[in-house]
Amino acid sequence: MDFINAIILLLNYIFVPALAYGSQLALGAIFVTLIYGILRFANFATGDMMAFGTMITILFTWYFQSLGISLGILPTALIAIPFAIIFSIAYMLLIDKFIFRYYRVQKSPPVQLAMVSIGVMFVTQAVVRIIIGPSDRRFFDGEKFIIKAGEFKEMTGLNEGLAIKSSQVLTVFITIIVVSILFWFLNKTKTGKSMRAYSDNEDLALLSGIDPKRVVMITWVIAGILATIGGALYGLDKSFKPFTYFNNMLPIFAAAIVGGIGNPFGAFLGGYVIAFSEIFLTYAYKKFFMYVLPESMEPETLVQLLSTDYKFAVSFSILVIVLLYRPNGIFKGKVL
Amino acid sequence: MRKNLNVIAAYTIMLGLIILVGIFQSWNVALSIFNMCLISAVMTMGANIQWGYAGLINFGLMGYAALGGLAAVLISVDPVQEAWVAGGFNIIMCIWLIVVMILAIRFVLKNFEKSKIRTYGIAAIIVSGIVILRITSEPSIEAIEAVNPATTGFLGGLGLPIVFSWVVGAFFAAGLAFIVGKIALGLRADYLAIATLLISEIVIAIIKHEDWLTRGVKNVIGLKRPVPYEIELQTKEWFINLVAKFNSNKLDLISTVTDKQAALNQLVIEGSSVFVKLCYSGLFLVVVIALLIITQKALYSPWGRMMRAIRDNEEAANAMGKNVVKQHLLIFILGSAIVGIAGAMLVTQDGLFTPGSYRPMRYTFLIWVMVIVGGSGNNFGAILGGFAVWFLWIEAAPIALFLINLSTAGLPETHELKIHLVESVPYFRYLMMGIGLLLIMRYRPKGILPEKIEIK
Repeated sequence: MDFINAIILLLNYIFVPALAYGSQLALGAIFVTLIYGILRFANFATGDMMAFGTMITILFTWYFQSLGISLGILPTALIAIPFAIIFSIAYMLLIDKFIFRYYRVQKSPPVQLAMVSIGVMFVTQAVVRIIIGPSDRRFFDGEKFIIKAGEFKEMTGLNEGLAIKSSQVLTVFITIIVVSILFWFLNKTKTGKSMRAYSDNEDLALLSGIDPKRVVMITWVIAGILATIGGALYGLDKSFKPFTYFNNMLPIFAAAIVGGIGNPFGAFLGGYVIAFSEIFLTYAYKKFFMYVLPESMEPETLVQLLSTDYKFAVSFSILVIVLLYRPNGIFKGKVL
Repeated sequence: MRKNLNVIAAYTIMLGLIILVGIFQSWNVALSIFNMCLISAVMTMGANIQWGYAGLINFGLMGYAALGGLAAVLISVDPVQEAWVAGGFNIIMCIWLIVVMILAIRFVLKNFEKSKIRTYGIAAIIVSGIVILRITSEPSIEAIEAVNPATTGFLGGLGLPIVFSWVVGAFFAAGLAFIVGKIALGLRADYLAIATLLISEIVIAIIKHEDWLTRGVKNVIGLKRPVPYEIELQTKEWFINLVAKFNSNKLDLISTVTDKQAALNQLVIEGSSVFVKLCYSGLFLVVVIALLIITQKALYSPWGRMMRAIRDNEEAANAMGKNVVKQHLLIFILGSAIVGIAGAMLVTQDGLFTPGSYRPMRYTFLIWVMVIVGGSGNNFGAILGGFAVWFLWIEAAPIALFLINLSTAGLPETHELKIHLVESVPYFRYLMMGIGLLLIMRYRPKGILPEKIEIK
């Protein structure tokens, strides 16, 4: 019985939250990796583009709520996301047309494009803050929990409760759907294959008659979808605050690089690597050992490897280690 | 003279703008903008050395600035005796432990062939080292933090004049840059940018949460100043006379004695804060001019030419027998040290150290905007960028407010859109920075004052 309690404890405090957080990171990391693989620059506006998509989602959610439309137990934001995606795609294509395209045509070095993306970051940040303000916003409605800790305890008669938020389940579920469609698209369709070819060898792709404009456009379309969904899911699960989104750019970058930048599958796994290691290393295992070990060996301290203050630092240290030993990331190999 | 005309013109306009602020807003505001401009200029010079001279991207400026600030705390604060008694010995032992750990890693790296076992061995040393460190340091850290937590709760510093910290801050930053450079400089440009950004976040996390050393988010306030305090100045005879002399025209107009005294008091209070700011300006100007002379000399020296050669064609420079790796590391350390000086100067001016305020927007990306806008590779350009961008950063809100009022003049005061826009005035500075950066990068990619290399 104690053993089951220990497992439930880990599930509740480590596995479920890390799975949800990892999915949110994974979507962002695929976004970074796609832009890097096809447009060939590190996009420092990632976090703020995600904030932009989330902001539109929130605005639509409010609009639908004022109309009285709702999904019952599901959050209203789910109807809002498709509309938000359209707006974010439009925003990204606009940015690409007026800003990034010039440097692409000029064949500027990636560093210059990265600098330009910092300009875009400033502008997007300003737009988001001017439209919706810098404060913390929650826009989750509907049924909050699938299983509450108390109910779970009653049901099973265990000491430890397992709470699963519906936002967590939604996050994992939607991530799996989106990512599978994306991989199907990249690997099976002609357009997807042309994108991979373009990322692998631009000149050769151009020679084979692939239209670069179309590839770039589709990349931004996918980027818009990923940014909006990733951002909205993070906002549903936690809350929407522009500054947090900007900060999330850092673990997202870490995930993309750990997975091997330019490799979407690597980025997908990288998100989970980062999320799990962050939570694993900063969790206090005292209670876990109390269940597992006999009473005489119970630990007196918290048995915490690192204090939770260092949560972010963990993912960055992993990144530094990966960069040192495998500069191409864990899952190097084929590109895109 | 003629070829430097645009430099002179740009600086005249910039100083003119600051003087305009002095005339229309107040001299206090103008001087505080000027001082921050000087500090920003030092930071941009550091970034410019790395980016403009050598083409290295360092997005970790924030970390170095924070270390400089930490130096200001560790140098100027008086040591907390009780805390040292409570846990000082243990902390020193822990520092020794870290040194032993590093030596052990070095030993393993030097004496064993590169292999999987060596990698795991190093990992084992690090993990066991961290575990031992945590076990040994925890009681003493708790003891130190328990000493009068409301006012101290940390080890304190050395109690020396704060100006020394400018040098020490440079050394702190240089030490960090050495480690970061060893780790990350081999990476490609954009990887380097990301890696340095993330490492600086780690540094900030450590400064924020190691309360025994830095007081963390509880902040250190009331640092000693290198210049007189306003309150003391206001009671000094010579200062009051000075103010009276400066404002004799104004004071002569007032007839009654009591009114005259009240007016003089007011002027003395204003004057004291202007005087303090002027003292800071003097100190900062010395640093800026000294650094400018050194960096200009370096730029035109054989070493500067070598750096440009490395920047423009690494392989060719390598083939000519220049040690590219070593020079990159050197310039990375030098640039970071300058940013460290700026960080210490900033804390000196503010008189307080707030680890929570170090954010990448303000201390990394804004500085980069300054470098790009001003003109990378040109020291005068970098300094001008520091001035222009900081000026805009501060004055953006009033400008935005003016523009909003102008464009919504037709709307009534209570219109929702107008209220919303007026409330979000502070964020227009981001918009201006972004648009400014994008315009400069598009239409003047080398900055306002582009790099000009003359062979003398």
